[in-house]
Amino acid sequence: MRSFLLQAPAVSLLLLWMLVPLCMTLWFSFQRYNLLNPFISGFAGVDNYTYLLTDPALWTAMGNTLLLVGWVLAITVVGGTLLAVLFQQEFFGRGIARLLVIAPFFVMPTVSALIWKNMMMHPVNGVLAWLFNLFGFQAVDWFSSLPLTSIILIVSWEWLPFALLILLTAIQSLDDDQVEAARMDGAGPIAIFWFITLPHLKRAISVVIMIEMIFLLTIFAEIFVTTSGGPGLASTNLAYLIYIRALLDFDVGGASAGGVIAIVLANIVAIFLIRTVARHLET
Amino acid sequence: MATLELNNIVKDFAGTQVIKGVDLEVKDREFVVFVGPSGCGKSTLLRMIAGLESVSSGDILIDGQRMNEVGPAERGLSMVFQSYALYPHMTVEDNMGFSLRLAKVPKAERREKVLEAARILQLENLLERKPKALSGGQRQRVAIGRAIVRNPSIFLFDEPLSNLDAALRVQMRIELARLHEELDATMIYVTHDQIEAMTMADKIVVLQGGIVEQVGSPMELYHHPRNRFVAGFIGSPKMNFIDVEVREARGEGVSVRLPGGGEYSVPVDGSGCQAGDTLSLGIRPEHLTLDDNGPLEGDITVIERLGGVTSLYVQCHGEEWILVTDGEVSHRVRDNVRFGFAPARAHLFAEDGLALTHLERHPLVDVERRQNRASTAADAS
Ligand SMILES: Nc1ncnc2c1ncn2[C@@H]1O[C@H](COP(=O)(O)OP(=O)(O)OP(=O)(O)O)[C@@H](O)[C@H]1O
Ligand SMILES: [Mg+2]
Repeated sequence: MRSFLLQAPAVSLLLLWMLVPLCMTLWFSFQRYNLLNPFISGFAGVDNYTYLLTDPALWTAMGNTLLLVGWVLAITVVGGTLLAVLFQQEFFGRGIARLLVIAPFFVMPTVSALIWKNMMMHPVNGVLAWLFNLFGFQAVDWFSSLPLTSIILIVSWEWLPFALLILLTAIQSLDDDQVEAARMDGAGPIAIFWFITLPHLKRAISVVIMIEMIFLLTIFAEIFVTTSGGPGLASTNLAYLIYIRALLDFDVGGASAGGVIAIVLANIVAIFLIRTVARHLET
Repeated sequence: MATLELNNIVKDFAGTQVIKGVDLEVKDREFVVFVGPSGCGKSTLLRMIAGLESVSSGDILIDGQRMNEVGPAERGLSMVFQSYALYPHMTVEDNMGFSLRLAKVPKAERREKVLEAARILQLENLLERKPKALSGGQRQRVAIGRAIVRNPSIFLFDEPLSNLDAALRVQMRIELARLHEELDATMIYVTHDQIEAMTMADKIVVLQGGIVEQVGSPMELYHHPRNRFVAGFIGSPKMNFIDVEVREARGEGVSVRLPGGGEYSVPVDGSGCQAGDTLSLGIRPEHLTLDDNGPLEGDITVIERLGGVTSLYVQCHGEEWILVTDGEVSHRVRDNVRFGFAPARAHLFAEDGLALTHLERHPLVDVERRQNRASTAADAS
């Protein structure tokens, strides 16, 4: 009882902080509530949900979300692991190279998206266009012809340093004796990577995946700044769809229903993820 | 079957010379122990033999073949690390079979070899466990098992027992000696522990500052140290040293005067020095005896009773002497005692640290290690 009383302030604050917005979202999702038309109001039942779930846009957005998360995870984890192995080796200027490769992580998402949009991927002035021309290829208009790929590239560029940072610290804790024992056992560089380094990194990789997943599910700024979800819905993810519903269509009820679906989706992913990670952490 | 030869091995680490020209010959099936103070280069030397560290100059020959440029796996050696260096995510069986797996040995054969090694080391019941679920001694045995499975021509050990508690160390020491007999392999062993060195070695190599001070059987190092460093390093408690003045020096013996006035004639070859020289006299604590008519006397400052033996620290002419005596002595601190020693037990060291040669070799110097074991003594004699 006593401990309950002592815990009460913290727990109630947390409840207020989390439960109030959650309940309001739930409440709105069952309401007819459009900012453009205050006369339409009242209980909507599951109409908002039926409307949303039958809306092909939702499924496109979900597909895009999964593609975005999946590809960025794949690129950052594989790239981060390889770079971590590379940056673990001694070479001239390693300190500076490490600093440079980690720098993108400190650039704001909006800013880095703008940099990519105007300096790297611009079809006329962009560095990539210049490179393509240099080798005699046609310049690509990234954001109209490959919108989702472009976003994946930008987000991967932002998150690669994070993966590298975590994996590099993990790789540094690998016992030298173990590597030497493996060398005595006849393991070459590839076998050492596969049988010693990778199992050692398993834990850190799970952590990277978990943390990145949480942030990648809600990617917004990069899409907003570059493609605005288009062309059509080609680069709209769930977060962006909710934004379109709420602030472009002024449909608070529909947007809330979208929010609830996003919560459910995130929880399914999280449960699945935490279970696998927990299993890895045990061993 | 393997012999090892080191010819003038040098190791430079970015300008600092850590190994300064080491020559060594290791015979087939020999058990060689490297000892020396911390930082003297024992591990570095071992790692160069293993191929984990490059050689700056000099040659490493295994079975007469130059191995300098051969990779660690191809030298046919196994190494047991102080930290065990087991692969934490693999079971004991996978740990032990890893080298065979890399060599693409079929699974059945691999299992057979691992089981064979596990039998020797009594690890059969632990094969499915991960290293984390093992005790220190068991991990050590797995590390040794991993070395055995490769069937190496030479085993290298870098302080393998230093993480174990005293009782387990004694047990593993005996087990390693048994293993050496059973496997008939050449072994090179680095240790800090005097007892390990004295009991297991056929040959001890004393290193200091990257230089070999002396190579010899344990009894040779104990009874005939080549210089003052070896004399002080081998034996515990440390040998007592005291400056003495030469009264008469001849080929058949050297007469010296102790600070208290006593005169001793030590049976060493004194042809290199002359009367009036100052020499350093060394005498081991266990060779000093309490004697009411002894030439030396002093006050006891500290008594260490170990039960079986007692160490007395005696202040005598401004020097602290250590005596190891019987456990039954009833002296108290501040008692005045007289003591002495048999002259043949003393050593004399010249200014440059080199020992004057004893005229008679100690009879135990040539006893081989295998003669000290019932299991092997028969075929040795
Ligand atoms: N990679 C290295 N770079 C520079 N110096 C080194 C390196 N490895 C070892 N040394 C130096 O070489 C010397 C010998 O080291 P080594 O590890 O061989 O000593 P050791 O005899 O094994 O000591 P210990 O008994 O404490 O294990 C030490 O002075 C050490 O500082
Ligand atoms: Mg060492």
